[in-house]
Amino acid sequence: MSLFRHHPTRLVRLVPLLLVFIVAGCYPDHPQSTFDSTGPVAQSQLNLFYWIFWAAVFVFVTVQSALLYICLKFRRKPGDPDPEQTHGHNKLEIIWTVLPVILLAIVAVPTVLTIFDNANSPDPDGMHVNVVAHQWWWEFNYPGEDVKTSNELHIPVDEVVNVSLETKDVIHSFWIPKIAGKVDMVPGNSNKMWIKGEEIGIFHGQCAEFCGESHANMRFQVIVESRADFDAWVASEREPAVIPVEPLAKAGLDLFEGDAQCWSCHKVEGSSRSRGTKGPNLTHLSGRQYLGAGIVENSQTNLRNWLTSPNDLKPGNIMYRDAAVYNDPDKALSDSDISALVAYLRSLK
Amino acid sequence: MISLTIPIPKRPTHPTGIWNWLTTIDHKRIGILYGVTAFILFLTGGIEALYMRAQLATPEAEIVSPEVFNQLFTMHGTTMIFLAIMPMGTAFFNYIIPLQIGARDVAFPRLNAFSYWTFLAGAIMLKSSWFLGGAPNAGWFGYAPITGVPYNPGHGIDFWILSLQILGIASLAAAFNFVVTIINMRAPGMSLMRMPLFTWMTFVTSLLLILAFPVITVALIELMFDRFYGANFFVPAAGASPLLWQHLFWIFGHPEVYILILPAMGIISEIIPTFSKKPLFGYPVVVLSGVVIAFMGWMVWSHHMFTVGLGPVANSVFALTTMAIAVPTGVKIFSWMGTMWRGSIHFSTAMLFSVGFVALFIIGGLSGVMHSSAASDAQQQDTYFIVAHLHYVLFGGSIMALLAAVYYWFPKITGRLMSESIGKINFWLTFIAMNLTFFPMHFTGLDGMPRRIYTYGTEMGWDLWNAVASMGAFLLAASILVFMHNVVRSYRKGEISGSDPWDGRTLEWSISSPPPEYNFAEIPVVETRDPFWAQKRDSVATARVGGGSGEGEHDIHMPQPSYWPLVVSIGLLIGGYGLIYNVAVAVVGGAIALIAVYAWSFEPVNEPEEH
Amino acid sequence: MLEAGADPHGENSEHTTTGLNHRKLLMWAFLGSDCMFFGTLIGTYLVSKGRSLVGPYAVDVFDIPVTSVSTFVLLMSSMSMVLAYAALTRGSLKGFRIWIASTAIMGMTFLSFQVFEFYEFANHEVHFKCSTPISDLTEHERTFIDKCAGQDASHEVEEQHGLTPRTNLFGTTFFVLTGFHGAHVTLGVVWLLSLLFYSFRGGVTAKRNLDVDLAALYWHFVDVVWIVIFTVVYLFGVFPGF
Repeated sequence: MSLFRHHPTRLVRLVPLLLVFIVAGCYPDHPQSTFDSTGPVAQSQLNLFYWIFWAAVFVFVTVQSALLYICLKFRRKPGDPDPEQTHGHNKLEIIWTVLPVILLAIVAVPTVLTIFDNANSPDPDGMHVNVVAHQWWWEFNYPGEDVKTSNELHIPVDEVVNVSLETKDVIHSFWIPKIAGKVDMVPGNSNKMWIKGEEIGIFHGQCAEFCGESHANMRFQVIVESRADFDAWVASEREPAVIPVEPLAKAGLDLFEGDAQCWSCHKVEGSSRSRGTKGPNLTHLSGRQYLGAGIVENSQTNLRNWLTSPNDLKPGNIMYRDAAVYNDPDKALSDSDISALVAYLRSLK
Repeated sequence: MISLTIPIPKRPTHPTGIWNWLTTIDHKRIGILYGVTAFILFLTGGIEALYMRAQLATPEAEIVSPEVFNQLFTMHGTTMIFLAIMPMGTAFFNYIIPLQIGARDVAFPRLNAFSYWTFLAGAIMLKSSWFLGGAPNAGWFGYAPITGVPYNPGHGIDFWILSLQILGIASLAAAFNFVVTIINMRAPGMSLMRMPLFTWMTFVTSLLLILAFPVITVALIELMFDRFYGANFFVPAAGASPLLWQHLFWIFGHPEVYILILPAMGIISEIIPTFSKKPLFGYPVVVLSGVVIAFMGWMVWSHHMFTVGLGPVANSVFALTTMAIAVPTGVKIFSWMGTMWRGSIHFSTAMLFSVGFVALFIIGGLSGVMHSSAASDAQQQDTYFIVAHLHYVLFGGSIMALLAAVYYWFPKITGRLMSESIGKINFWLTFIAMNLTFFPMHFTGLDGMPRRIYTYGTEMGWDLWNAVASMGAFLLAASILVFMHNVVRSYRKGEISGSDPWDGRTLEWSISSPPPEYNFAEIPVVETRDPFWAQKRDSVATARVGGGSGEGEHDIHMPQPSYWPLVVSIGLLIGGYGLIYNVAVAVVGGAIALIAVYAWSFEPVNEPEEH
Repeated sequence: MLEAGADPHGENSEHTTTGLNHRKLLMWAFLGSDCMFFGTLIGTYLVSKGRSLVGPYAVDVFDIPVTSVSTFVLLMSSMSMVLAYAALTRGSLKGFRIWIASTAIMGMTFLSFQVFEFYEFANHEVHFKCSTPISDLTEHERTFIDKCAGQDASHEVEEQHGLTPRTNLFGTTFFVLTGFHGAHVTLGVVWLLSLLFYSFRGGVTAKRNLDVDLAALYWHFVDVVWIVIFTVVYLFGVFPGF
């Protein structure tokens, strides 16, 4: 305590510093900040957070100042006699039991209201998306629109979207900080939530429940767009892939449907052979902005790197583990194979 | 009964040296063993944390691989909870409880030795996984089905399952022992409402342990059957609900949180009155609130599961029960402040750590209320905000209190004072570093950083506060080095403390430091709370409290050392490895344990003495 | 528990705060803990009930009359245990030996029934006549109905389809729950037999009866647990009205 013995005011100076410190922690412009909600669910959660936060700040400041005051005021000085041996004070004890109860009630009421508000979709007959989590990517199925895609969720702005959440393997958690708090995907137990984006743009989401080696690399994007853009996207998604004519891409298709055996795990609508559901649907791969479940930009170079050594980008991934082209040296892809595959995949607009 | 005909080896009689430590059943020596072992394990858990902080200090770092990172956070959590904080608490239970209640030992001295050796066996088993093909990697919570063979074919999870079961046996044995000791071995006159708070909280903690550990034991046994024998407890493909694991884990896990924090609250409730020279304010209410916290700890487990889809009704109920638990916690905090009010406060290092505990625990408590609000928690669950909260409670709370306890009781244990000047450096360094490490995690959490990720991109904007947290972590490590320096230095050449350096209030200060093997030459008679203080301040009262001169020492029969507890634990350890590698070895281990239990059963506490 | 036999000379003279013996208190604490142990196992059973995806199910394998007999034997063993303790405190060492032996024998009888039952379940056969109306078949039997295809009505379907911990969720939860109860009974039988032998070595007398008292507590507890298991697992499993 010697630090403050002669300058108790120094501590007072720390208070604004503390506030600056706290405010410094809010970054609404960061991709996954919970301080910049663009949907009613996240907004209600943020409102609740602020409500509790200021209650907590009130308690914090009151109790810590009292503690500080006691520490400074009742320091032992040489020659002090024993203080009076008081054992308690009934009235005081009742007060400090009841006060927190009142304070908690203030917090509890909006909590329960928000829980029920967010549990029930305001438009249960509206649009529907099934999200299926896999180690470590996301499958998005639109039963009404007859669209299946992966890792990028397109939703129309200002519309309620009912989401059902499932998983094919372990527990994952679906979380778009700016649009809605997380809900887990539990095997054998389909969960429901609803979301609504109120701002056009790209929003970032991430798996929030530990799900294995590449848990950190299980991200996704939510593209909130105007109804017209959304409809256009749906229309293009429903088109089968165009059979490439360019020779390199054509060679890539042959590999895809042939020796490289990509077809056994990946589906490309319009390709006669491909049928797999173990990996993401690749029909319109090049229409997506990111690769590998939202982890890198979808560019020629990144795609090439991904096919060359998937484990560098996403450690532990199932393709690297199970595909013959990666675990059997005799079947490994040559540089030209990869060039062909890249050309083919880039053609899947 | 074959074992009866086996010639039982002679009773160990070594008064000193390694054999004495191996066969001791003296609660004070076992306490020291617990403390030293738990501290070493605390360091290993700390090193695991430093690796993680190094990896997260910068975006896209490649200091450890993702697989190793997953093992690190699993081992860090499991180590700190089961191998560091719990046994450090047990160390003080062992050393201090018999002294506080005026007893010569615990109720079952050999069972006590068995607890320690079994704890060590569990610790060895868990930690050895690092060198035997990889540590467990599914988090300390081990949610099904990621712990199942299809997703986790290695041995890591097996080590986790078996070592936690062995540790469970150790904790249960210790808890049974303390419950019986505290109920049954109090000095004459020490009614329940005259018991020191630390004894009370130990009692409550032990009861929690007795009721909570069977739940996790069963869950682990079920997981073991799934992994070893192809059973279906947590296999979704067979129709099982993986949520069952979460319920079982948290029905254990939330009482476990109180198992970690109640002893700390007990410690604080001893130190604050001593250094304020006032009795604990509102003693009955503080006791009651401890009991209420323990009781309510059983009704809040699903607040760990707000996002799994239990529905709005369950979430609301558990949100409300969780908020309610803040009331008795608040009562405790106010009572500590009431104790200091108009006190004569001496800021020794122990007191500084205690006040630091109160200040930090308030923060941890408030963030706890924040995520008790289930709807708002949907944004916080599984983010660094939770990491911040739990470290404010477990580091700011439990560890700060345990450090306070070391500074407070070190003179009783060694007879020497710890250096106060180094102690103050130690405290301020710990206090600042702790906040530097864990406060920024509130920011990264609310900024959308999930827990248990080994890497993040710089575009996420989490660089700054992660770097600060990592710096804080290394500073925190430095503060622990200062602490270690102080302990070693003071043990060697610290100032001689005498029996009562702090003007203490409870019975342990009435006997010499370190206490004689039999603690009390004459069992004290207790007539009030804070009996030693009352005796010192009341000149009329007859001196009935105190160690005495050691007269009649020859008539005090202390229980004699024994090999058997150690042998049983070795049997369990061999059995554990056997279950993983070779069933025949497991059978051998089981047989060793069984034979040793029989030999132990028929070994008298004291060999008949020749007069 | 583990301190059995400790301080045999002073077991009742030891001074304690409550007047209760340390070991007796320990036993109560242990039983409290064991309640949670079985409570969790039974909880697991109940949560998993009805979630099995394939048979056989409880109705297919349980034979209530047989298990009722073994339940009755175990209940009687508790009475026998009471008589053993009463005989001992009365000073009749002979009576004690007779009754404790009978308790152990009844315990072993119960265990034999359990072993028999486990064996039967593991070798369970689906057996029905193709003339049986479908509504009279169990859900599990119905999965074998295609075996009747092309057969005349008198044909009998006989399929070996046993229940093991691996078969389904019911098997898993049933065997582990009752298996742990069986392990408790086994430990109890070993304890009772140890006491019987110990009585011949002078370790158990009218005054030194604590070991028997503790064993009796344990035995009654294990018995009560079985009554819960019998009700919750067997009766609720077979009679839908429950």
